[in-house]
Amino acid sequence: MTATKTIEVALSTSGLGPDGRPIRIPLGAEGLTSAPPGLEPEFEGEHMLINIGPQHPATHGVLRLVLELDGETVVRCIPHVGYLHCGFEKIGEYRQYNQIIPWTDREDYLNSMGNNVAFVLGAERLFGVEITERCRVLRVIAMELSRIISHLVWLGTTCIDIGAFTPFLWCFQERENVYKLLEGWTGARLTTSGTRVGGMIADVPDGWTDGLRAFLNGFPKTLDQVDRMLTRNAIWVGRTVGLGVMSPEEALNYGLSGPMLRASGVAYDVRKDFPYLGYETYDFDVPVGTNGDVYDRFLVRFEELRQSVRILEQALARLPEGPVNIDDPRLILPPKHKATSEMESMIHHFKLVMEGPRPPIGECYVPIESPKGEKGYYFVSDGTAKPVRWRIRPPSYVNLSAIPRMVEGHLLSDVIAINASIDIVMGEIDR
Amino acid sequence: MSAHPPTAPGAPAFAIVYPGQPGDLTPVTPTQLPHRGGSVNPSVDALRARFGAAVIRHDVVWGETTVYVARDQVATICAWLQSDPSQRYEYLSDVTAVEYRDPMRPIEVVWHLRSIAFRRFLRLKVELPKSGAPLEVPSVWGVWKGADWLERECFDMFGIRFTGHPDLRRILLWEQYAEGYPLRKDFPLRGRFSRAEQLRNALAADPEARYSMEELSITDAFAQLPEDMRKRLGGGTRTGE
Repeated sequence: MTATKTIEVALSTSGLGPDGRPIRIPLGAEGLTSAPPGLEPEFEGEHMLINIGPQHPATHGVLRLVLELDGETVVRCIPHVGYLHCGFEKIGEYRQYNQIIPWTDREDYLNSMGNNVAFVLGAERLFGVEITERCRVLRVIAMELSRIISHLVWLGTTCIDIGAFTPFLWCFQERENVYKLLEGWTGARLTTSGTRVGGMIADVPDGWTDGLRAFLNGFPKTLDQVDRMLTRNAIWVGRTVGLGVMSPEEALNYGLSGPMLRASGVAYDVRKDFPYLGYETYDFDVPVGTNGDVYDRFLVRFEELRQSVRILEQALARLPEGPVNIDDPRLILPPKHKATSEMESMIHHFKLVMEGPRPPIGECYVPIESPKGEKGYYFVSDGTAKPVRWRIRPPSYVNLSAIPRMVEGHLLSDVIAINASIDIVMGEIDR
Repeated sequence: MSAHPPTAPGAPAFAIVYPGQPGDLTPVTPTQLPHRGGSVNPSVDALRARFGAAVIRHDVVWGETTVYVARDQVATICAWLQSDPSQRYEYLSDVTAVEYRDPMRPIEVVWHLRSIAFRRFLRLKVELPKSGAPLEVPSVWGVWKGADWLERECFDMFGIRFTGHPDLRRILLWEQYAEGYPLRKDFPLRGRFSRAEQLRNALAADPEARYSMEELSITDAFAQLPEDMRKRLGGGTRTGE
């Protein structure tokens, strides 16, 4: 016991500063005021060009950063994206609404269930239908589960980037538990395609809610472990405090959203400000940072994990009985046994599969709070079964566009931490 | 960290004001939205009062207000919407474009604006006729820095030029991409070139060219490099292969 205590004291920071935040312990050569004689003049004014990515584990995908360095300080940063571009929006113009749903999985693949829900929310507004109450609650569960997955992956990979390995294993273990739940529900771990316009692919199987309850009992303990490991850790604090600071005005002006914006102190959460799926009836808090640095982004995301657990518990408690899909033969396929035995159901089935449902002429944009920020699908319909335009509003694309502003003036090693704090998914950025 | 920590001394204070009626404080999930009609965003009247003829018409579909404005006034209108204390559209959600299947319909450039303080959503549109004048609209980069990559993507996909954008070039596709603008309706789903030609072009493309040492204006260091290295980097060719 004594040994454990000694280690913990040595690793934690020396306490809180006057502003209530952990005191940053300087790492490396920050105390060094001048370079050893004979070294400095030779390198002065000479800039170096360094290329990070597109094949680099710390760029979280195929991001390429061209950096101009003065010594170790970044003078200029030019990001390159597009290595994964495959034209989702173009393909969507050639597909019926339900046929686009698999593409939404593959775009932000850490939040696939959330994207499925976001897509059908937009499509349902375009069709002008209202979903059932059970479906609403199930979709909230789906969205919060994918938020947990996305934040856990972010937390784990960021730990690895900064040099901690253990929390990564804890996070990925819990993530696997969520994937088991999603697999039991939709049959797939990552590419769930779990929703349909007007409902879900299926109701949750028997006993599924018990599995979710068991997960919710165990998960906060893991969070506490990670909390103890990171939040006061001298190395973690030293590597994250004061990096990539964005002021609230700047963050708004750059169009940041999600935890990036809230860490800067702007309390904008789509779930609270432009609610959908009845989020206004759930009791949860929106964590807001004060300094807008990498450490605050960590705190905001970490608190969001706990809040997701709260939302999930409330959703489980109120999950009503009843149908999942709306009762509308225009949109929902008839049950298989009817489609093979009744003439009318067979015709409906045929027309729905071959021609697809047709929304009225119109357009809509329904944003949701994805783990990365404000994500929305913008649909334009001309009355045919395929959208004229299907636009993805990618939060991490806009968040990443601020990276030159965030890294310039910082050290090369901090670029990795700042880039990790944006929580990018290249599938979503390049689409 | 508590859920809403008190603002630390010295930390940037940013208060969001929620003025207006008490109903403003608890927004609810919209239900039973009408297809056409419904409540109009009050910013439309304010825009008409301020800009008059530059506001061409407005439209409410599924509860969302769309305002069609004159092309040359977009940047001015956006700047006013962003800074006026009665509007406060401080957040630019999206910049994109729509081309309809009907070849006679003009291309529309779409801005999605959001006022966090007043919880409003406004869609601005500019119609660009396909015949005649080049596809150009003023950039709103000077109003919201977030427009940077969104406008570049719109240029990349539709070929719409945003005048006043500081660095308008392709973003998702590479700069030497020669097949045109993929999201235009006259662009076939599989691309304009044959697979063989696409492969040839991809292999011949030189993604390094723009970011050579010279382009980045670090010529001091560059001048001191050995002759062969200067030649290699200056030409922007791939190295070490």
